[in-house]
Amino acid sequence: MAKHHVSASVNGDPVEFLCDTQDTLLDVLRNNLQLTGSKEGCSTGDCGACSVTVDGRLMCSCLVLGIEADGRDIGTIEGVAEGDDLHPLQKHFLEEAALQCGICTPGFIVAAKALLEHNPDPTETEMRYWLAGNLCRCTGYDKIITAVTNAAAELREK
Amino acid sequence: MGNEEQQFKTVKKSAATSGYKVVGTRPVRPDGIEKVTGRANFGADLSLPGMLTGRIVRSPHAHARIISIKTDQAMALPGVKAVVTSADFPEIGPKQRGAGEAPISFRDLSRNVMAREKALYDGHAVAAVAATTAAIADQAAALIEVEYEVLPHVLDAREAMKPDAPVLHDDIFTKGVDPKPETPSNVTQRFQFGLGDTDAGFAEAEVVVEHDFTTQCVHQGYIEPHACVVDTTEDGMATVWASSQGQFMVRNYSATLCGMDISKVRVLPAEIGGGFGGKTTVYIEPVAIMLSKKSGKPVKLVMGREDVFRATGPTSGGHAYAKIGAKKDGTIVAAELTMEYEAGAFAGSPVQFGCMTGYAPYDIPNVKAVGYDVVVNRPKVAAYRAPGAPVAAFAVESALDDLAIKLNMDPIALREKNAAKEGTQAAYGPKFQRIGFVETLEAAKDHPHYSAPLGPNQGRGVASGFWFNIGGESSAAIHVNEDGTVEVVTANPDIGGSRASMAIMAAEVLGIGVDRVKPLIADTASSAYSALTGGSRVTFAVGKAVCEAADEVVDILRARAAKVWDVDLETVEWKDGAAINTKSDEGETLTLAQIANSAGKTGGPISGAANINAAGAGPGFGTHICDVEIDPETGRTSVIRYTAIQDVGTAIHPSYVEGQLQGGAAQGIGWALNEEYIYDDKGRLQNGGFLDYRVPVASDLPMIDTVLVEVPNPGHRFGVRGVGEVPIIPPLAAVANAVAAAAGTRVNDLPISPPRLLAAIDGAK
Repeated sequence: MAKHHVSASVNGDPVEFLCDTQDTLLDVLRNNLQLTGSKEGCSTGDCGACSVTVDGRLMCSCLVLGIEADGRDIGTIEGVAEGDDLHPLQKHFLEEAALQCGICTPGFIVAAKALLEHNPDPTETEMRYWLAGNLCRCTGYDKIITAVTNAAAELREK
Repeated sequence: MGNEEQQFKTVKKSAATSGYKVVGTRPVRPDGIEKVTGRANFGADLSLPGMLTGRIVRSPHAHARIISIKTDQAMALPGVKAVVTSADFPEIGPKQRGAGEAPISFRDLSRNVMAREKALYDGHAVAAVAATTAAIADQAAALIEVEYEVLPHVLDAREAMKPDAPVLHDDIFTKGVDPKPETPSNVTQRFQFGLGDTDAGFAEAEVVVEHDFTTQCVHQGYIEPHACVVDTTEDGMATVWASSQGQFMVRNYSATLCGMDISKVRVLPAEIGGGFGGKTTVYIEPVAIMLSKKSGKPVKLVMGREDVFRATGPTSGGHAYAKIGAKKDGTIVAAELTMEYEAGAFAGSPVQFGCMTGYAPYDIPNVKAVGYDVVVNRPKVAAYRAPGAPVAAFAVESALDDLAIKLNMDPIALREKNAAKEGTQAAYGPKFQRIGFVETLEAAKDHPHYSAPLGPNQGRGVASGFWFNIGGESSAAIHVNEDGTVEVVTANPDIGGSRASMAIMAAEVLGIGVDRVKPLIADTASSAYSALTGGSRVTFAVGKAVCEAADEVVDILRARAAKVWDVDLETVEWKDGAAINTKSDEGETLTLAQIANSAGKTGGPISGAANINAAGAGPGFGTHICDVEIDPETGRTSVIRYTAIQDVGTAIHPSYVEGQLQGGAAQGIGWALNEEYIYDDKGRLQNGGFLDYRVPVASDLPMIDTVLVEVPNPGHRFGVRGVGEVPIIPPLAAVANAVAAAAGTRVNDLPISPPRLLAAIDGAK
């Protein structure tokens, strides 16, 4: 079966890749583009470890086909920091110890960034419901909520 | 959702735990940047040129004899490079030991990794393939023909103990009973621990409570599925990149199962995406080694989430019966606990730990705890955070709650009256040294949470828990660089921030800033042996090795300074990262960096190492307070406020200690309210995914308040106690006791799902 030729933008850079029909965007990111920051925790859209943005909208990349990325602008964890400058979310995740094993962290940061772009001053309840699609088994979410709260405050001051 | 009051994140310091320069601070973890930028390499992130993709074929039956496995069609598919079955692995005898002292049966482990005569649970591996692409591997897996003779199955411990139950293994004759049985059964062993005479004790009791409890099998639920990459070469070497709780465990287990010398296997630890005990054994690494050997190519083997649920972990579900007798003043005079735990398909549930821990927080003169380890047609259980203890504590702490109600006594006061202290004889054996259980109860009583008002349909529960904590074989090396920075090399996967703890302890001993210390985790060829990351041992035991390695470095640094100054070694003291010449009037000093810089002139590289078997682990105790609100219409329970209090010895990095308490509490809340394995009538798992196996999500939980009570462990120079296990022990009963208070009726069967709570409320009407 012939592969599909796909042109897209990932973290602002143009990319081209060949993929099979059944390849997910997550497969493509990890295997074709060597962007392994997006993690596969379930492949059914239930854990959020593969969170990316597609044209600015938060999605589980395991539920998007690689060919659907054609012409789209994809944002991944690898594009969150700007050069040497960590994003405030990344900084506050570190300062608050909002990660233990770290496997869910890329997904949480991508999802929280999408939240704050959409709602710069979320309540704790809004944060918890927005992030309910991202599973963390280590932290009990407490320090993640604190980190997102602090990052939101810093971003509002900017 | 989050309560209105300010969150208290408290560390209760004592004189003994104050006064450190680095210990007790909260630096950013050394591996943090990699983990927030997506750079960190976990098990599935590595790829090698020419790498094949592996797939495992699993039994669709809960219990079946394997008649034949036909692999020709799969092998004939273009792109397929190897197929393996149990025939490719050496047969391991019942007595054969692996390398080291791991108390496990390699015969069972071999059969769990790849079924031999029988498939013993839905999801049991029966064959594996490796192919050039994932799609071809999937296609090949479907072409492997396994002929089964389906056998009757059994899933529940008490059902499996009945005389007419299907028997899983014809060579299991119950141990620990006299006389030894003449017929095989599913009960592998009976355990008993106790003190005094419970019959006499209950005769003295003025109030007696007894309850029967059931809990379901639950999974560790780490977000990273098991993953490895293996490359083998023609000289018989295997290089394994794997995410696990112990690279030496993977090496030794894999070598034993594959019939290889240990020196032929090198394991490089990937970052580990959660384990909680579930990655303390092997499932896929030996299979990937065999696939790589047969194909001559590197192989990546990654489990899917459904495979993880069907074939790894979980921990035991089971039954527990608790009976407690007390005087009217609350003095407990007798206590019994009888438990049956489901081990899964092979012997080895943690029921003995349940028996040992259940009543350990209390000073009771007459105790009897009996446990049965029962094999059933479920995946073989693996360790899960304080293995065995949460179910026992659920029974004991629920019964205590009922006893407090019957005595009209405050539940914390009842626990205080009977609390174990220094010198208390524990029913499982030892006399306790300095422990901090009473201090956790005092902190709970004093916490604003405990006296906060409750609204309609709300209830409050408290419960406590105990875990032994362990030490064990541990290694560390510290290398001093030319500029005075240091590398701390240990060999234990960092599952939750242990690199930070290692760096902090090294910095404290060396007297330098933690930013001058780089912690590294070595592969099996680059470090002395270290037992796996588990049992809350790393900060204590590996930390001890780090401190001793740092001591050796300090001794060398002093000796080098003595040489420079041409004085006796005793003349040189080490303080704040520098050697001090105590005989010089000007207070002559040489900093670590100065000594390091001229090391070549004073004797060469400076490095210290410690290889120890750490003893002196201090037991941990915790007390949790939980508020719930129930919806009497739907039966839904919401946890609205939660406080976890624990004697943590000394918190090396308090943020990561708090994180352990919060994460353990969240797992325990999930266990209490949502999580369970659900099987159909054929014994097939029905909820092998995160949609239907419901771990707590952010919107299910409130902020989780913590109080770190510091009662230093006399067995560690900084007073470290393990902290990771205890926090999962109290929540099951804390939640259940809160639900009982809110609903006015007790639910003794977990999970307290909406239908179950509704039925209890309706039944109580």
